[in-house]
Amino acid sequence: MLEYLWIVPLLPLLGSAVNGLFGAKLPNKFVNGVAIGSTALSFLCALEAVREFFESGQVLFHKEFFTWIAGGNFRAGFDLQMDQLTVVMVLVVTGVGWLIHIYATGYMAHEGGYYRFFSYLNLFMFFMLILVLAANYVLLFVGWEGVGLASYLLIGFYFLKKSASDAGKKAFIVNRIGDFGFMLGMFLLFKTFGTLDFVQLFAMADPWPADAMGHLGTFTIASLLLFTGACGKSAQLPLYVWLPDAMEGPTPVSALIHAATMVTAGVYVVARSHILFAHAPTAMLVVAIVGCATAFFAATIGLVQTDIKKVLAYSTVSQLGYMFLACGVGAFSAGIFHLMTHAFFKALLFLAAGSVIHAMGGEQDMNRMGGLSKKIRWTYVTMLTATLAIAGFPPFAGFFSKDSILLSAFQSEYGGRNVGYTLYAFGLATALLTTFYMFRLIFLTFQGKQRYDEHNVHVHESPKSMLAPLMILALLSVVGGWLAAPAFLPGGTDYFTKFMQPVFGGVEVAEAEAQARSLEITLAIVAVITALIGAAVAYWLYLKRPEKADGLAKSLKPAYTTLLNKYYVDELYAATVVRPLLWISTNVLWKAADVAGIDGAVNGIASGTTAIGDGVRHTQSGNARSYAVWVVVGAIVIIAVTFFWPFGGKPVVGMVH
Amino acid sequence: MVPTSYYVILSAILFGLGVFAFIFKRNIITIFMSIELMLNAVNLAFVAFSQALGKLDGQVFVLFVIVVAAAEAAVGLGIIILIARNRQTLNVERVDLLKL
Repeated sequence: MLEYLWIVPLLPLLGSAVNGLFGAKLPNKFVNGVAIGSTALSFLCALEAVREFFESGQVLFHKEFFTWIAGGNFRAGFDLQMDQLTVVMVLVVTGVGWLIHIYATGYMAHEGGYYRFFSYLNLFMFFMLILVLAANYVLLFVGWEGVGLASYLLIGFYFLKKSASDAGKKAFIVNRIGDFGFMLGMFLLFKTFGTLDFVQLFAMADPWPADAMGHLGTFTIASLLLFTGACGKSAQLPLYVWLPDAMEGPTPVSALIHAATMVTAGVYVVARSHILFAHAPTAMLVVAIVGCATAFFAATIGLVQTDIKKVLAYSTVSQLGYMFLACGVGAFSAGIFHLMTHAFFKALLFLAAGSVIHAMGGEQDMNRMGGLSKKIRWTYVTMLTATLAIAGFPPFAGFFSKDSILLSAFQSEYGGRNVGYTLYAFGLATALLTTFYMFRLIFLTFQGKQRYDEHNVHVHESPKSMLAPLMILALLSVVGGWLAAPAFLPGGTDYFTKFMQPVFGGVEVAEAEAQARSLEITLAIVAVITALIGAAVAYWLYLKRPEKADGLAKSLKPAYTTLLNKYYVDELYAATVVRPLLWISTNVLWKAADVAGIDGAVNGIASGTTAIGDGVRHTQSGNARSYAVWVVVGAIVIIAVTFFWPFGGKPVVGMVH
Repeated sequence: MVPTSYYVILSAILFGLGVFAFIFKRNIITIFMSIELMLNAVNLAFVAFSQALGKLDGQVFVLFVIVVAAAEAAVGLGIIILIARNRQTLNVERVDLLKL
């Protein structure tokens, strides 16, 4: 299967084509079969390919299938590669993607455009697999843009709703800003190294001396440009604004694209280009700071949101910030590990939230929920599992991944120790906020008093097709972290880091020593205590004394309103970017350049021609005699010119001797 | 021997008269005749130069002009008859259908 790796991405494309072209005429059952079947087969093929990869014992599998673009010394081929990083990404994408497809068959059962939805979803899978399997930046960029397209189509799935189609456009346009940086980064890399193939490029880049701190060398600029693209795709400051709006899409989409897979593509790119980043300490510092700032910033907004999906959206932005923080401090494998565990528990959170919304008949406001735990028990149990995982309670997955990130931040050497400590402090504060808002969500939704009208809402547990993926993901959220768990035991090894060694070996922090081990345990205890405090505060504010929460909101009104309005960032962008751009478009580009300039020129030529015609028309009198006069005048003029122009003319007369 | 210039001057005078009549006369037949006059003025110039230069080319041209003029006269007279029938007039100022 490894030799036929192209089958893995091709299967979802086939599914997408079949459903997209013929789905309208086919029964839903058949559409289900195609969508789930193609992703399941793709997952199985990926598993088989991974098995063969490990059996062969190669460090890196690389195969050129065909040349796509060739010109001069430039070659971009349909080349796929597989190493440990790809293995993790491919399995997460196909595995989690498959589960979400199953869930979607239940969730979307009563929606219109059923076949269209699955066609888009499969198309997304195809592009995402291209993205993670690509062996050069150009092919990666194809997947990168493709997932953006699929994301746009799915956010705007309910395109009759204006807010949904606007959100789709917003996502697309904001991503375009990042993609521009990404492309510039690619151009710079090609100009410097003459290739965009990962293997050749990194082999060439590795022996080069690293840029000095604070020096804007080629590596730093290229890394920062690539990171701009990653910022757009992975919703980091300042380009995160599209992700919360993207929640307009159906919930399975939020789970698959805007939590588990696509938004982690930025982290993947940074990890894939780790050799470039390792040569650019300034870029690393920027990545770490942006990641840390985003994590904290988004978490504070998440504190006060009342839409269940909005809370999860800001949580996703925040967790992505964690991943970038990890990459920025050089702990790439910790970042990828968090990417994996996050894919499990955040997909689960979204799917469970979808199950809640399904049960409530479309209600998303947590203020109109409450006391649901007894009515939808399975949803409650799975969502609680995911919450414990994201909050970082042992032994759930989030504990291990978040902990290794915080440890790496604490030990970070980039930009001095104080920077590392600051990053750690903000990371820890974010962990506190995360626990708080997640338990707030749980308490408001599932516990406390019932705040909806029993007569209007018929609360019911979701069908099996939705519950089964929830349970599988819940299991993964529990055990997913154990890969790195033994690192806590004295003398134990972090299996995940060891697994990633062939990829990140060069930049990974060396095997932890005994002293570091005790530090790790201390930090872990601090993190757990922080998480407990967050949960306790949420419990006190939202269950024990619900009136206190409102009181607190009132006493901190300015801060509360600022958070509720998301720091007015959308308004700020509207005032500084959108409105000036609209003004320029309207007044300069439209009214001045287009209407006055281009239209004016075209219309001017037309009306000028008409005017000249109007003037000249009078010479055509229709009177034969006046024509005769013109003929004579013309003849006289020609003769005069021939003979006397300029002075004397040609000696025609002289011919007569 | 009469100098060539005399012939040329006569030719010019004849041509000028033709032009003058062509422009200022209103009767189509008169105009038609003035065209013939101009053609023959040119013929005279051709023959005069042919004689002066001792070449036959000019006389060949004249024969051509006479042939074409004959054809033109046939067609032109046909047109004039049709105009006279349709418009009941031979005044060119009243044959200005082009100006609508």
